[in-house]
Amino acid sequence: MKLKDLKADVEENSLQQALPLEKPESRLKEMWEALRENNAAVVGLCIILFLILVAILAPLIMPYDPNLSDMSKSFLKPGPDHWFGTDQLGRDILSRIISGARISLTVGLSAVVISLTIGVVLGSIAGYFGGKADIIIMRFMDMMLAIPSILLAIAFMAALGKGIDKAVIAIGLVSIPEYARIVRGSILSVKENDYVQAARVIGNKNSRIIFKHILPNVLSSIVVRATLGISTAVLDTAALGFLGLGVQPPVAEWGDMLGRARGFIFTAPYTLIFPGLAITITVLAFNLLGDGLRDALDPKSRKN
Amino acid sequence: MLKYIVKRILMLIPVLLGVSVIVFLIMRVFSPDPAPIVLGQHATAETVEKWREANGLNSPIYIQYFDFIKGAVTGDFGTSYYTKTPVMKEIMSRFPATIELAIAAIILASIIGILIGAISAVKKNSIFDNSGMILALIGVSMPIFWLGILLIILFSGILHILPSGSRIDPLLQPYGGTGFYMIDTLVSGDMEAFVDAVKHLVLPALALGMYSMAIITRMTRSSMLDTLNQDYIRTARAKGIKDGRVITHHALRNAMIPVTTVIGLQLGSLLGGAVLTETVFSWPGIGHYTVECILKSDFPVVQGIVLLIACIFVLINLVVDIFYAFLDPRIKFSKKEA
Repeated sequence: MKLKDLKADVEENSLQQALPLEKPESRLKEMWEALRENNAAVVGLCIILFLILVAILAPLIMPYDPNLSDMSKSFLKPGPDHWFGTDQLGRDILSRIISGARISLTVGLSAVVISLTIGVVLGSIAGYFGGKADIIIMRFMDMMLAIPSILLAIAFMAALGKGIDKAVIAIGLVSIPEYARIVRGSILSVKENDYVQAARVIGNKNSRIIFKHILPNVLSSIVVRATLGISTAVLDTAALGFLGLGVQPPVAEWGDMLGRARGFIFTAPYTLIFPGLAITITVLAFNLLGDGLRDALDPKSRKN
Repeated sequence: MLKYIVKRILMLIPVLLGVSVIVFLIMRVFSPDPAPIVLGQHATAETVEKWREANGLNSPIYIQYFDFIKGAVTGDFGTSYYTKTPVMKEIMSRFPATIELAIAAIILASIIGILIGAISAVKKNSIFDNSGMILALIGVSMPIFWLGILLIILFSGILHILPSGSRIDPLLQPYGGTGFYMIDTLVSGDMEAFVDAVKHLVLPALALGMYSMAIITRMTRSSMLDTLNQDYIRTARAKGIKDGRVITHHALRNAMIPVTTVIGLQLGSLLGGAVLTETVFSWPGIGHYTVECILKSDFPVVQGIVLLIACIFVLINLVVDIFYAFLDPRIKFSKKEA
């Protein structure tokens, strides 16, 4: 339908009659209903809630000070006093894992917020305006995607310096292209819809059309990507920590714990097993939830 | 078809130029001055200045970039700040190790992934299917480096059947040749060295390939399920063709089209994963070396490696796209170009 015809259409009918808008809340509600039927996703959600609870209550539930070293207690095997054993400096591994949950979840969420915000803005501009803006933004995204993300993150860390705040920025920056691509694709698929054209005809500003009319309708695919994005961010954080680029000692971070305990792989394997298990369970939970959300949105994949 | 390929290759040039700008900006503009890192904190101002001059770091940044690009076009990425060896030589001495590892990983991942995925689809909702899918889910959720550590604990620490690191026993190391130990040991007929190289390769390849294996398993399963529901499968069955033949000749062959794409794309992403796997297994490849060089601010080497990896990555994507269209004649190039 051409813009001119649509204008006439809008003039003839009241806007509400001609263009019934789907409320984004109803879409989310529908998603929630479908999600509740997916057992795996519910398990994922429960694990995530448990991890959040652990992270919030960390100071109350940690049996020992996670940073307190006591060389007389180094390499104690898992037992009643230290459920997960102690590390090379005699620190309680369980306490450090509980403390590490805060770091992993905070970094995971913060990195996704960064990549999501920038990715959504860039993807919206590219998808909505098209033309040169689209070409420039998406070619730049292609360039970033041509470099393996972990290499790019390490390069950013080398430039920014070590530290968990820098890791958040590095991980956030390398994931921008994924969000930009998804948002651009989703916008392209809805921008020619009648309700968007109508919003334009009645004189809405571009920013209002994007944020008020388009983005809420592509919200679901962004939510799915963001959930799976947290799992990737948790993995990347652990990878940077493992390579010695994450937190500064003595802060406990799961990947860093693994990296520092590597030398004791044969003498004290338990120092490596539990932090890795914590990473895997966290990533698994976000993957289960993300997959569940995707299935809830896509009847085709639900069928499979 | 030829026009499409030429056009796609030409489109790679701006992407690679862009990659070079990104790497250059990160390493040379935003990174700290490499001089104190390379020369040490106690170097005098005069030494630092001399070193910067000798390495062209005092020229304006755009001149430095053009010098880099001029060299890169001819394959000259300069020399390492530390070893003074040409970057290309440094890369080439480590590249075969990474490629050998990546190829072993993708072969392992493809064989196991396709097998589990196909059986899961045929025996949908069986115990095999459910366990296969749980395994795949764990495969995508496990950090590569932790899996590597677990494999070392199990196979080297407890069972003592496989080595925990490096490429080969130093006493059996082949000299000269291609740098691919599998090929070199076979060509020289040294079976003991070949077996030793294979033993060293198994664990890193398994660790590196696990993620791809999980992705391939899931893709094969869902693609097979789609295919098994198609009319032509029903027709084949109605014609009285045996079940096994319908699955291998009719379903699997068609289901492989999207799986091939995924395998190609995974091969590219393995180059990133190699960074971590090589660190865990002390594998003397390019991944571990890159991390070292980034941390030591050895700019010329990092620029060379990242550009080379990006080159391989985009070329793999191109080959996958072409191969995809070749496998599925319904895909029109003109449509893709749009």
